[in-house]
Amino acid sequence: MSSGTILEIRGGGVTLGGRPILRDLDLTVEAGDVVAVLGANGSGKSTLVRSITGLLPLSAGSARLFGQPIETFDQWPRLGYVPQRSPIAQGVPATVTEVVAAGRLAHRRPFLPARAADRAAVTAALEAVGLADRAHHQVSTLSGGQQQRVLIARTLAGSPELLVLDEPNAGVDLVSQQAIADTLESSARAGATIVVVLHELGAFAPFIRRAIVLREGRITYDGSPDGVQAHDPHVHCETTSGPALRIAPLTGVLGEELP
Amino acid sequence: MTSILLAPFMIKALIAAAVTGLASPAVGTYLVQRRLALMGDGIGHISVTGVALGLLTGTSPTITAVVVAIIGAVAIEALRASGRASGDVALALIFYGGLAGGLMLVSFAGNGALALQSYLFGSITTLSTTDVVVSGSLALVVIALSLTLLPQLFSVANDEDYARTTGLSVPLYNVLVSVLAAVTVSVAMRTVGLLLVSALLVIPVATAQQFARGFRATMLGAMVAGLLASVSGVVIAAYVDVPPGATIVLVALAGFAVTAPVGVLLGKRRLARVPFEMPEEPQQQRVTEPHRHQHGPGCGHLAVEHGDHIDYIHDGHRHAVHGGHYDEH
Repeated sequence: MSSGTILEIRGGGVTLGGRPILRDLDLTVEAGDVVAVLGANGSGKSTLVRSITGLLPLSAGSARLFGQPIETFDQWPRLGYVPQRSPIAQGVPATVTEVVAAGRLAHRRPFLPARAADRAAVTAALEAVGLADRAHHQVSTLSGGQQQRVLIARTLAGSPELLVLDEPNAGVDLVSQQAIADTLESSARAGATIVVVLHELGAFAPFIRRAIVLREGRITYDGSPDGVQAHDPHVHCETTSGPALRIAPLTGVLGEELP
Repeated sequence: MTSILLAPFMIKALIAAAVTGLASPAVGTYLVQRRLALMGDGIGHISVTGVALGLLTGTSPTITAVVVAIIGAVAIEALRASGRASGDVALALIFYGGLAGGLMLVSFAGNGALALQSYLFGSITTLSTTDVVVSGSLALVVIALSLTLLPQLFSVANDEDYARTTGLSVPLYNVLVSVLAAVTVSVAMRTVGLLLVSALLVIPVATAQQFARGFRATMLGAMVAGLLASVSGVVIAAYVDVPPGATIVLVALAGFAVTAPVGVLLGKRRLARVPFEMPEEPQQQRVTEPHRHQHGPGCGHLAVEHGDHIDYIHDGHRHAVHGGHYDEH
């Protein structure tokens, strides 16, 4: 797949409604990296994901995606975004295939019908997440975990080089968590670069090679996933040493430690 | 008995009803998906200003209505997208501005008030051939764009943020839906009237989505429902002395009411048929590894409720107390 630097943020900052969410962010992601973004709720994980996919503008610093300034980025077929929550099951009914086919639009031109390659990519993506037998089901009849897999299939259908996922495990049953982890592991093995926001490593632990920890909008740790816990008590994650119960310290609304 | 249906004014009415019935639900499907079901109503009210301008200046009210409706629809979309007003508040602002402006203008037009009636309530039996050609062509453009741009318009209406990351110009497609809605309203105002226009955009979609599993299927089903309601409404009005516009809307509503119980049943059956995805039954086996302590509250192992008992997570396994030993769960 691709080589070299995929994502480069220098002194990045994001402000939402006048409030700084991300500050002084320096982050480089190389081709083939599999990066977990960890951190407590409100630490800026989702904001980071939304700014590297171009959905939120940077208020400070600069970001380059595939060597192109993020403001003018247009190599959409190379980018694959999986949102945390999506309104795919709301409103007018839609089939699983229809939603997943939206993932091919970066490759398609308006007014032209889908080609055989588009249809094959949709089928392959549904097989990858184990939902091939649900292709013609209505999305809203699927479980939350299956809907999350539909979102991942939609992104995989576009065969992106960089996958950016926002908490793919949130509110997802164990079967789907494992299916999602397996899918991403094979994408990583095939050479995809992955940036995934996680609450805990869980089923992803075996193939995550790098973890960054966000705290109050800053990166407080960047390195091997094994070293995460020692650096930040806010992150409870299961590493290869085995699952353990860790309660994050209570944190007040302003981020100060409560007694 | 059928002779009245072959009268020239009836043929024109039936053609106008058919194209309106097909085009309105096509656009309506996108509006319903975007939770802008009442947008058609808002545009209809703005169009009153357009019609009044036409009556006042002596130009074709259809043309002025199209122009004003498009300006209004784009303004609604701009207000909504800028976040300065939510969708429904944006609608209300423009909705009443357009209606009040139109009523004010029409009062300057002498007997325009009477002419306005035929636009508010429809006047499908008095269409000229030019009216039918203009409405028909506009409706065909709306249908063609709604169908050929379905993948793009669906993606934008279904998940705006994601659509952005596939390189789709979300503002462009949103404005396009608004413009299509404005054109449809201007076409449909001669058929059902501006006050009832929204019904033809929304009701067939509500009917179709009870049965359809997919977006395309909903749209095509809604177009069929719209076509049936419009044509049968006109035919009924030809034999019984009732206003065609209101008849079309009531037939569409009746279609919804009759199919609703079937739709509810179908939906329940469909949900009941969805198989549960169960994890493979974990093997239960006796654990022989030594335990230095009795699992219990506060033993330091994560406790997980599991049916009628509690498992303790121990070295990546779930242990359940069973007699004097632990079972793997």
